[in-house]
Amino acid sequence: MITVRNLVKTFGTFTAVSDVSFEVAEGEIFAFLGPNGAGKTTTIKMLTTLLKPTSGEIELDGLNPQIAQNEARKRFGIVFQDPSLDGDLTAWENMEVHGVLYHVPHKVRRQRTEELLKLFELWERRKDQVKKYSGGMKRRLEIARGFLHTPKILFLDEPTLGLDPQSRNQLWNHVRRVNEAERVTVFLTTHYMDEADRVAHRIGVIDHGKLVAQGTPKAIKEQTGTETLEDAFLKLTGSTIRDESADSADMMRQFAKMWSGGKR
Amino acid sequence: MSAIYILWLRELKRYVRSRAQIIASLGQPMLYLLVLGFGLGPVFQRAGNGNYLQFVAPGVIGMTVLFSSVFSGLGLLWDRQFGFLKETLVAPVPRLQIMIGRTLGGATVAVIQGLLVTIVCLIAGFRPASMLMFPVAIAFMIAIAFVFAALGVAIGSSLQDMQGFQLIMNFLVLPIYFLSGALFPLTGLPKALAYITMLDPLSYGVDGMRSVLLHQPPFQPAFGLATDVTVLACVGCVLLVVGAWRFSKIEI
Repeated sequence: MITVRNLVKTFGTFTAVSDVSFEVAEGEIFAFLGPNGAGKTTTIKMLTTLLKPTSGEIELDGLNPQIAQNEARKRFGIVFQDPSLDGDLTAWENMEVHGVLYHVPHKVRRQRTEELLKLFELWERRKDQVKKYSGGMKRRLEIARGFLHTPKILFLDEPTLGLDPQSRNQLWNHVRRVNEAERVTVFLTTHYMDEADRVAHRIGVIDHGKLVAQGTPKAIKEQTGTETLEDAFLKLTGSTIRDESADSADMMRQFAKMWSGGKR
Repeated sequence: MSAIYILWLRELKRYVRSRAQIIASLGQPMLYLLVLGFGLGPVFQRAGNGNYLQFVAPGVIGMTVLFSSVFSGLGLLWDRQFGFLKETLVAPVPRLQIMIGRTLGGATVAVIQGLLVTIVCLIAGFRPASMLMFPVAIAFMIAIAFVFAALGVAIGSSLQDMQGFQLIMNFLVLPIYFLSGALFPLTGLPKALAYITMLDPLSYGVDGMRSVLLHQPPFQPAFGLATDVTVLACVGCVLLVVGAWRFSKIEI
């Protein structure tokens, strides 16, 4: 479903992604792991047409997202690292806007919105403005929205960041349920190794822009001779702390938090 | 087309829901209208220019449309901060449609604000020469709204964050307002100032509205209706193209 061959992305002299190749099969849940600044988000951005690769090939469901951009976009859903909902609109309206932007026919849109909001336990609150939602509810709504146009692939970029264990657990249950029911391929990144271990069928570990390991959670643990995925991860990527320089987007996020007092 | 419609509808819904903001945004025009309108009235009258409230009302309406439309374009920065921009930019919709939807929405909101202030002006004692010309005045509001909503989108697309907001406000929006002749007649100005006012698109919008709403002495048009319409149309087209081009360059 996803094929990546010799993918490279450089920013000036800095190489963010260096010669990465992998494949994700249809219906698979693939976890893409790596320390901060390893190149996870850059890879997701390239996969989702937001960034042009310097070189290399990407195929999504047989399409080159560079050439058939809109066709490719219809085939995937994405949940970004930070929220992308409209807080002034209700859950229902957020789904409506998404459905229209993705050309989902009116009747299907209504029906699927209802199904998904019920599945993600948001149906009772569908008429509330999203800014009144808790963090966990917002995340659930974003994931439900990502599924609305029946994508073949769902990209989840650290979807559980900042959620309590209950919400995380519930969220993954929902994702798994849709993955099984609709055979949606899921490509996720996370910093919680236990989650990746539990949810993912296969894992890729990236560090300094290079793919350092690939396989089932079990295989990776065996390969590194460790008990837990966390240990395997540390063995593969070392235990030094990575400093990410704050880019303008990060500063904006800080600023936004200050302004909204965390309400949005 | 449906994408344009839904983004337009979104702008409208957000506007209707922000009641506190609607009331707050009426505060400044009312201050200009009532304080300046009645405060400068006697001086203006003595100078032989007629009733100042009559004169300043179209200017205050123009100002409302200007502020409201520029800010709606700059709303892009908020959407960038709160993430909704990404949702629209990754959708399978041409960017041009997204830009048009936003601009239309912002312009619509600005015209509604302009109409609200028009009602306030009427209550305060503004009496247009003929009510029949109101539709033409509204057409001018629409033109002003488009020009500055497009300008707002162009600027909003070029800035990364809200840091530049004060800069835009103090060095662009306020000068556009003050130099437009919204508050004073453009006839008989010092040469340098006269040339600057001629570079300000809002001058033509305000002059156009005054021409249709007052159209009799002591009021004298500064440019003439034909010039007003031509300049607004040309500037509007150029800014829409620039806005669309800047919007197409946004990276997230």
